[in-house]
Order: sequence, then C-alpha cells, then structure tokens
Amino acid sequence: MRHLLGIKYISESDIHSIFQTADNFKDVINRPIKKVPSLRDTTIANLFFENSTRTRISFELAEKRLSADVVNFSASSSSVKKGETLLDTVNNILAMKVDMVVMRHPNPGAHVFLSKHIDAQIINAGDGTHEHPTQALLDCFSLREKFGEFKGLKVAIVGDITHSRVALSNIFALQKLGAKVRVCGPPTLIPKHIGSLGVEVSYDLKDTLRWADAVNMLRIQLERQDIAYFPSLREYSQLYGLDKEILDSLKKDLVILHPGPINRGVEITSEVADSEQAIILDQVENGVAVRMAVLYLLAGAK
Amino acid sequence: MKKLDLFPDGKLDVTLLRLCHQLLENYGDFEDTVLLALQPRGVYLGRRISQLLTALLPGKTVLYGELDVTFFRDDFRRRDSVLEPNKTQVDFLIENKNVILIDDVLYTGRTTRAAMDAMLAFGRPKSVELLALVDRRHQRELPIEGSFIGITVDTLDTDHVTVELREAGGEDKVFLTEK
Repeated sequence: MRHLLGIKYISESDIHSIFQTADNFKDVINRPIKKVPSLRDTTIANLFFENSTRTRISFELAEKRLSADVVNFSASSSSVKKGETLLDTVNNILAMKVDMVVMRHPNPGAHVFLSKHIDAQIINAGDGTHEHPTQALLDCFSLREKFGEFKGLKVAIVGDITHSRVALSNIFALQKLGAKVRVCGPPTLIPKHIGSLGVEVSYDLKDTLRWADAVNMLRIQLERQDIAYFPSLREYSQLYGLDKEILDSLKKDLVILHPGPINRGVEITSEVADSEQAIILDQVENGVAVRMAVLYLLAGAK
Repeated sequence: MKKLDLFPDGKLDVTLLRLCHQLLENYGDFEDTVLLALQPRGVYLGRRISQLLTALLPGKTVLYGELDVTFFRDDFRRRDSVLEPNKTQVDFLIENKNVILIDDVLYTGRTTRAAMDAMLAFGRPKSVELLALVDRRHQRELPIEGSFIGITVDTLDTDHVTVELREAGGEDKVFLTEK
C-alpha cells in the first residue's frame, strides 16, 4: 500500500493488518503518555478543501501522537479562493518538503488524480460523495470490538445513501470482511443500481432493523442536495428516524453507529444517541487509533 | 554451515536458575524490582524467569510485564517491510522501581535502546539493568551492556543465533549457526 485512496483499492488482509496495528495504538493512546516517536522524521500536510471537525482533529491528533510534523490548510482561508488549481496548490506545499498528504476534497476522484501527478503519499479523508476510507475502517474496527468477527454479521446502513461517502466505503469494507450489508432509506436517496454492489435494498426501516445486528445511521447531507429529495425533515424523521419506541419494539441489543455530525431529532433521537447501545463515542476514540495505524503502515513502507 | 548447540545436555535449565539466583542476590525479595520482557522473542524467556522467581520467593509477588518496542525503533522507514507491532502488557508503573529488561539475544544494542525509550511511558525507573540469554560480544553498535548474561559468544555479522524455547513451539535449544 502506497496510498489510501479508497477501500475499493485495498485488500481484506490490508484491513486486518490495519486493525492489528490499531489495537496496539489503542493501547498507546490510553496510557498516561500517549505519544510514540515512530514518525519523527515525517512531515504531513492536512489539506481540507471541505469543512470538517472530527476527521481533521482526529487526523491531527493521530499524526501528533506519532510525533510527525504537521501543517494544516483549509480552503476557506487560502489561495484557492484566488483561483489556484488543485495541482498547483499541492505542488507548492510539497515544494516545502512534505512527505504525506491527508486530503479532503469535494470532488470525487480528486485523490486518484493527485496520486498520478505527485510523489507524496496520499490519504483520502473524504472525496465528495465517493469514499471516506478511514471512517469505514474505524466503523468496522468498532464493530470488530463488539462482535469479534464479521462472517455472517448483518449491518444496515440507513439514510442518505446517495450523497454519503461513508456508505460507499462501509459497503466495500464490510463486504471485504465477509459481512452482509443492507441499505435502507427513501427511494430518492438510494442510488438506482446500488444492488449491483451486492447489497440488499429496503425502504422499510423497521424490517431492516429486525434483520440487522448493527445499524449505521447516516445524516441527511442537505449541503449536497441540489433539489428536494423528500417532502420535509419531519416526514423523513417519522419514516426513517431511529427513536426509543422502535428500538424497544425490536427486543434485542442492536448496536448503533453514527459517523457524525448528528442531527439530533432527525435521523436519531437524543435518547437513542445517548443510550448504551450507541457506540458513537467509541467510534471517535477508535478513529484516532485507526488513523495512527494507517499513517504508520503507509509511512513504514519504503 | 556449522551449527553449534550453546546449551547442550539440559544446561539451559541450570543457566536460567543461575540467572534467577543472581537476580535474587542483587534484588532480594523483589519489593522494588520489576521484570520487563521485550516483545516478541524475549517474552518466552521472561515468562520462564518470572515463574522460576515466583517459585523461589514463596508468598511474594514478582511484577512482570511485556514491552513492545516497535514504535520506538530507530530503523523505521529504513527497512523494506513495515515492522509489525506486538502487544505491550504492563499493568503497573515503573516509577522509582529497579527494572530488569529481559531479551533473548543482546546484539547491536538497538533494541535495548528502543526499550529504554518505550518504558518511559510507564514512569521514571530508579535503575535499569539488562538480562540476556546470549550476549554476542564485539557486535555492539551502541554503548549498552548486559548485567545478567546466560552465555557470551564471539560471533561474526554473518552468524546467526536462534533461541527455540518450549513456549514458542521449540525444544529449549539455542543454536549458533556459522556460515
């Protein structure tokens, strides 16, 4: 592995080796001294052409806990606004001797494009509606902690599948690991041919939850929706929102994931998001360990 | 190719017992002393030493931990393949304790250096000493020496020392292979 452009491009054994390394880093970040010197001679640029809180802080902490030197960049406060191209921006940053690039970009495929034109190693921190590999890795790592293994595990992904990079990366990762995946949401928010990826499709939340061992509740990505895909948030919430009532009616310990940011009261109620069954904050903790593992394994490959 | 048995006729058990007695001679009842074995190959030796000491010190607890130094090595990005980490299991603090680092072979000294770096995550030790089953003398690249040594051998760079202990699926044999 030279880059992490998407889950699509890595193998099942790559994923397992990331998990095993992440186990060790999880130990490290739970010690009083949370830092190791592995990446002390590495400089990493975090290029965020799109807004982010969790991913950006998580990557930055992961880099700092590996002792890397870190520079941050966000599009809103940069020369991109003055009309500079992506390649020029990145090449200018690389001219200052940067070894790795962690990038989030609104255009799907921006990382693949970049990987063909620059020397540095690239980690995808989200490209538009395409992939968000480290999120899928940390989701699966969290599921692994709960369930142990993936063979036969049933995972539902509920919500705005069309506009979600988390959904696509999760589908690839879960399938590579041997889990069964079902997507669920209003027909307008599920891509027409998603069945060709080998996932089940359902428009019925309750039926999906009865089927699933774990559910990943996605946010409605209003910022990516150019037209109205459903009549109102209220209606969406009534049909596809996860609340205590549905959860109790299942009479089982469904594990609930959410990639954040949560829109409380839309896709998930506060009561459910803060319940014992939700592992949302575990996901965030695991995110740092998983990103440390990805950085370590990529940097270690000469 | 010549293969030399470094501990023939069950001598390994005698040597391990001797090392334990040397530890007792220096550290008494192990009140302020802890054992830290180095992953991956030092831990089988470490577990053996810790069992022997526990048997020699009835009623006392010998604190024993396993330390992985992978993230602290100085050859990261200088090897062709990525170094795979192992588990660190240290359930106590080493603050103000005497630490005995345990490894199977003392060679360049670089693993020991990394270990001294890695263990600082668990506190500032009062003192640190090194126990090694085999000391490959004249091969050191750093100013590091062992205090408790099973056997000292003079080797060349091209030689190989392999420690095969029962716990790791071997049969308690230590070989020096000369090319």
